Amino acid sequence: MTTVPVGTHRGAAPYRPQARYIPLLATLSLLVLMFTVGSARYENFGSAQVVLDMFVDNSFLLVVAVGMTFVILTGGIDLSVGSVVAFSTVLSASLIEKHGWNPGLVIALVLLIGMTLGLAMGVMIHVFDVQPFIATLAGLFLARGLCYVVSVESISITDGFYTKMATTRIPLGGGLSVTPSVLVAVVVIAVAAYVLHLTPFGRSVYAVGGNEQSAFLMGLRVGRARIGVYVISGFCSALGGVLLSFYTLSGYSLNAVGMELDAIAAVVIGGTLLIGGSGYVLGTVLGVLVLGMIQTLIAFDGTLSSWWTRMFVGTVLFVFILLQRTLSGRRG
Amino acid sequence: MTATVLRHRLFWPVTLIILLALSNLFFTPSFFSIEVKQGHLYGSIIDILRLSAPLVMVGLGMTVVIATRGIDLSVGSVVAISGAMACLQISHLGNQNSLGGVLTAIALALVLAAAAGLWNGFLVAGLGIQPIIATLILLVAGRGIAQLITDGQIITVRSDPFAEIGGGFRFGLPVAILLAAVVFAVATLILRRSALGLIIEAVGGNAEASRLAGIRSRRIVWLVYAFSGITAGIAGLMIASNVNSADGNNAGLWIELDAILAVVIGGTSLRGGRFYLGGTVVGALFIQTLTTTLLTVGVRQETTLLYKALVVTAVCLLQSPAFRARFGRRGSRRPGPTPTSVPREKVPA
Repeated sequence: MTTVPVGTHRGAAPYRPQARYIPLLATLSLLVLMFTVGSARYENFGSAQVVLDMFVDNSFLLVVAVGMTFVILTGGIDLSVGSVVAFSTVLSASLIEKHGWNPGLVIALVLLIGMTLGLAMGVMIHVFDVQPFIATLAGLFLARGLCYVVSVESISITDGFYTKMATTRIPLGGGLSVTPSVLVAVVVIAVAAYVLHLTPFGRSVYAVGGNEQSAFLMGLRVGRARIGVYVISGFCSALGGVLLSFYTLSGYSLNAVGMELDAIAAVVIGGTLLIGGSGYVLGTVLGVLVLGMIQTLIAFDGTLSSWWTRMFVGTVLFVFILLQRTLSGRRG
Repeated sequence: MTATVLRHRLFWPVTLIILLALSNLFFTPSFFSIEVKQGHLYGSIIDILRLSAPLVMVGLGMTVVIATRGIDLSVGSVVAISGAMACLQISHLGNQNSLGGVLTAIALALVLAAAAGLWNGFLVAGLGIQPIIATLILLVAGRGIAQLITDGQIITVRSDPFAEIGGGFRFGLPVAILLAAVVFAVATLILRRSALGLIIEAVGGNAEASRLAGIRSRRIVWLVYAFSGITAGIAGLMIASNVNSADGNNAGLWIELDAILAVVIGGTSLRGGRFYLGGTVVGALFIQTLTTTLLTVGVRQETTLLYKALVVTAVCLLQSPAFRARFGRRGSRRPGPTPTSVPREKVPA
């Protein structure tokens, strides 16, 4: 599970990546290819700021997809993320604008709610043996329904802290800049990578995804891992919602419809096996960037309609699932 | 005798439908009255039946897919594609009322829907991809395809023959109900009067064992996904015809979730094996009755999702052997041998 660079020990042998890195490398190559094609075809495409803007425009998706990576690593799935994102934006907008709550308190509350919902789904899945698909489907309905209970109309946020988060650009030198949300996303990615690779919890997540029975017999805390990943995913979704409300400065019940699919697509394109047990947070980041690159390419092209995005995402998804299928061989 | 009735898997869903319907009497005393206007039947009950027809259709397809231990997430997109195709063809007709032209359009739409189903079948049976992921591809890309067909517009049609499917009447009943009833009857007849139903259950129970027993399980999987595509296509025609237009974005949105819910309420386990077409119909009717009741009470359309969440949770927990063991009456009354109570290797979802 450690990320020791391979192929460095024997200088003479040609570099042959381990099988588990192949999806990751494929995603990386695709990303480079798309960027090269974009730079060649469109003016102003080949700049570092375009790449940074992909982080800016997708910071919430990054966070949500990281949470999804945990769930998928255990072989589960979380369909509720999009709804939880939407609920977080609506609830925070409503509490801040209509009830005059303190932003810090609101964010804490929203994160807590996300984790509680995740916990409830995790308990349903692990203790009561309900399929992840259907338990999180209930979560999807619940969170989306709660959105409409809070507010059906879009609420715009004028709070000072939120507008500051939306407009602040952190300079990186050379005229490049990012938003604070990107920093939050980077911290989440770093913490997630640490937890997955360097803590006992992370190891049991991989073990449960690899083979739950063996993990249990080895004495690992299977329940803690299986429920924990849904709590993490709930937390990440709620945080994604907070970032989205920074980005759009509003809370709207129809936000993030279908985001669960984008998140799952990003995880799959990032090379995480859907049967669990194998994958990296870094891959998910690359997966999100592929989705962001598709959007950016279509935006730069200008002649393609936005629905082409869905078809391109579908095609890329298909190719990567096929790749996974070939690589995982008999395991699938 | 009463024990058998109580223990029947459809006892609770049916009871709930009846209770829900009765509760409507408080708000609309005329709920159960059925009027005859111009030889057609009108009334809330008829409305519920008519509105549930697309869900019944999608649910029937979903039932057989789930019976093979699969799932079809793409039905909502197929609904949109089929409606878009039919409306596009009709809008190109010189005379939108020509029966031949409308039938051709319908046929084209259904062929496209069947092709979508076969694509899913190819991914699942041909390439061996997990059903949930295989059909996710079409769920993502399918709305794009529907938008491509309609060129991002909402296509409006004025065609009397086409409007018949969703809003017409035959023998005093809405055509949509009759259509759903016919498909249900034909599917039941084919699946239960031939070995096909049993074979599907065998494949869902254990694909490898059924293959060793001489069943061509791959062919069966292709077949069920194609069937699901076609039923979703018919549902798409009903929905498009009901509003005389095709909306690539919103037609059939969330219907895959409702359909799965209907199947689960109907007693078919998501773990495959035994399936109950009649149960799915009851499940679909239950969902529509719940929606209609909530709307009559004055709950907003969107908030009905909240109640659906509660229903999904309740149904899942009641079906969960672990939950029954913990909270059920221990030893006194053993739950019937439902498919869910058989411990099985977990299906990675």
